[in-house]
Amino acid sequence: MNSEALQLFWSFGPFVILLSVIGIYCILVTYNLIRALIGVEILIKAVTLLIIVVGHVTGHTALAQALVITLIVIEVVVIAVAVGIVLGLHHHHDSLDIRKLRNLKG
Amino acid sequence: MTSLLILIPLFSVMVLNLPSRTMMRRFAFWLSLILAASQVCLAAFFGTDLWNNANISGSFFQFNLAVDNLSRVMLFSIGIVVLAAILAGRELIKDENRQFNFTNLMLLILAGMNGVVTTVDVFSLYVFMEITAVASFVLISLQKDRDALEASFKYIIFSALASVMMLAAIALLLMVSGETGFPGISHALSNLPTSRLTLLAVSIFICGLFIKGGAMPFHGWLPDAYSAAPAPVSILLAGIVTKTLGIYTLIRIVGFVLSPNYALNNILLLVGTISIVAGALAALGQKDLKRMLSYSSISQVGYIIIGLGCGTPLGIFGAIFHLFNHSIFKSLLFTNSAAVESRTNTRNMEELGGLAERMPCTGTTSIIGFLSAAGIPPLSGFWSKIIIVVALWQAGFHAYSAIAVMAGAITLAYFLSMQRRVFFGKIKEELKSTKEANFNLLLPALLLAAITVGAGILFPFVHDTFITSFFK
Amino acid sequence: MTIDIIILIILTLAALWTVMTNTLLFAAIGLALTSAVLTIVMFRLNSPLAAVFELSVCAGLISVVFISVTTMTQPQSHQEVAQHNRDRLGRFKFLPLIIILVVLTLVILNLKPTPPLTIPEAGEDVRNIIWNQRPFDLIGQVLILLAGVFGVVILFKEKPKDE
Repeated sequence: MNSEALQLFWSFGPFVILLSVIGIYCILVTYNLIRALIGVEILIKAVTLLIIVVGHVTGHTALAQALVITLIVIEVVVIAVAVGIVLGLHHHHDSLDIRKLRNLKG
Repeated sequence: MTSLLILIPLFSVMVLNLPSRTMMRRFAFWLSLILAASQVCLAAFFGTDLWNNANISGSFFQFNLAVDNLSRVMLFSIGIVVLAAILAGRELIKDENRQFNFTNLMLLILAGMNGVVTTVDVFSLYVFMEITAVASFVLISLQKDRDALEASFKYIIFSALASVMMLAAIALLLMVSGETGFPGISHALSNLPTSRLTLLAVSIFICGLFIKGGAMPFHGWLPDAYSAAPAPVSILLAGIVTKTLGIYTLIRIVGFVLSPNYALNNILLLVGTISIVAGALAALGQKDLKRMLSYSSISQVGYIIIGLGCGTPLGIFGAIFHLFNHSIFKSLLFTNSAAVESRTNTRNMEELGGLAERMPCTGTTSIIGFLSAAGIPPLSGFWSKIIIVVALWQAGFHAYSAIAVMAGAITLAYFLSMQRRVFFGKIKEELKSTKEANFNLLLPALLLAAITVGAGILFPFVHDTFITSFFK
Repeated sequence: MTIDIIILIILTLAALWTVMTNTLLFAAIGLALTSAVLTIVMFRLNSPLAAVFELSVCAGLISVVFISVTTMTQPQSHQEVAQHNRDRLGRFKFLPLIIILVVLTLVILNLKPTPPLTIPEAGEDVRNIIWNQRPFDLIGQVLILLAGVFGVVILFKEKPKDE
């Protein structure tokens, strides 16, 4: 890793952090189930970017791409199952509002 | 040989679904039962040399897998808990189609957990954790009732957060060490001076694992998921899934991959103590049987974490032994709660009482389970707790070991209160006609109780075979 | 270098728009946009294969899933939309504060990586890595797809039990 690559990492790093803060904030403040899932998606985008950047600066682009492809497959399956559960909840409540769900108390 | 642990369940699922499903339906239960049982036998009797011998499977399926004694303990527990859950599922899931799906998901979750405990690559670890997690989301919402769907959604969000944290840590570790295998990371971390970046990576990783394992400040999803899931699924979740996903991985990463680290051990001790005390206190106040057992689970996980946190080989051994004991007695207690629920249709402890005379077998095994959880000699839970306490004392953490001993008293208190409200005392009028649970629920309960008693009485033997191998 | 920064700023803005927009449909479209911009970044970082995956699966498939679930669930009533419009800016008033806090913490932590031990590998092929070095992950993908199939069958096909 040379200094140029390191500098690249430091210019990409803040954006990864920004994206993850946006994602976490979205999950925390939203009252809508689908918006919570979108927050999760943005978090995954941030981490995808991080893996690709790390692959680029260390010269392991091939390994990083292999990891990202696996990650994307997993992401799709998780989102599909989550959407199924959201639809089931919608069937019971006729709403996507988290505030109407809380009959379990943490 | 090891790769077959993952490939055989995978091919079984494929074969079960290829031809006419109706014909395969009766077959599915027995196939999964045989697979789980053979895994138990193999893990118990095959040494690590035999597992890692490449000649048995030939060079065809060469994955990067390894089995050490920790993996063997986990493979054994996975097999036995899956066995119990399959038997309970046959009894409690009535709908035939649903039961077929349940069995298939059981096989997938078996493959996923086997992958988690045998892999030596940190990214493959993530992949297999995610397989197990997805299968458990689906299993929790199997009956599609409202609470279960809610709990499952909550679990998805928490689990996704944990996964993202783990992935970020994996990326940073890749940056530091240049690869994702355990040996490479371990080598790089012990040779490089500790920079803050590696410390950050390790702490996010550990944080993610705390969420997955449900340690106390990160436990939001756990009581809901355990109590809202269908009964056979709670046996599986509480007994082995969260322990494999959170706690086994924690032991593997902290105890075997990272070099000993003072700051990290302090975090582990702190989180462990909070989990022990707060989990036990929360369990005292519960009315729902399964919720109480969930909080008790959090408290027991705390013991494993402080055992790991004292950083000595004896502490790590205690943590592993308590992990094993916990998966046995907690699935025993959840099996008993499933038996009670199936006969009385309620989990509210206020409405129960005096069931011991109607359900003698369930009552007795549940006494064994809770005595082991509370650490009463000569049951196996006593030995693991005493090892953890001694290890803490030897490492100089006197305050922590005192807290651990005192929390044992709270554990005894809430379990006694549960036992008194559910099984002892005068039987209520409306429960007079209750019958003992069916054979499919009694068999796992008796089996698990026998293991708890056996591992306790034969402790010198367990000590000689396992402790020596961990101190090498 | 500067062009990378500009693309990254666009990426962040797209993500911000995704979480702050007022209807779910726009949020789903915003997510697709974020993915598309991320694809450009990935192309520029020498990762074309992963970029293609990101574009087709994340920007394509996942957006379709989100948009269809938005239409399958009942549209929000006008009252709810109005309420959401009133809330949403207020809800995000702490976001800048949190971002500043996080940046400050990171500046204080002053993370400096140590140079890694390995030398960059030259010209490794992605296909080689996937098929020959990491076949275990492929088995993992098959397993998770099967689990997903069962999930979809159970959650979408079977009729929910009426209470």
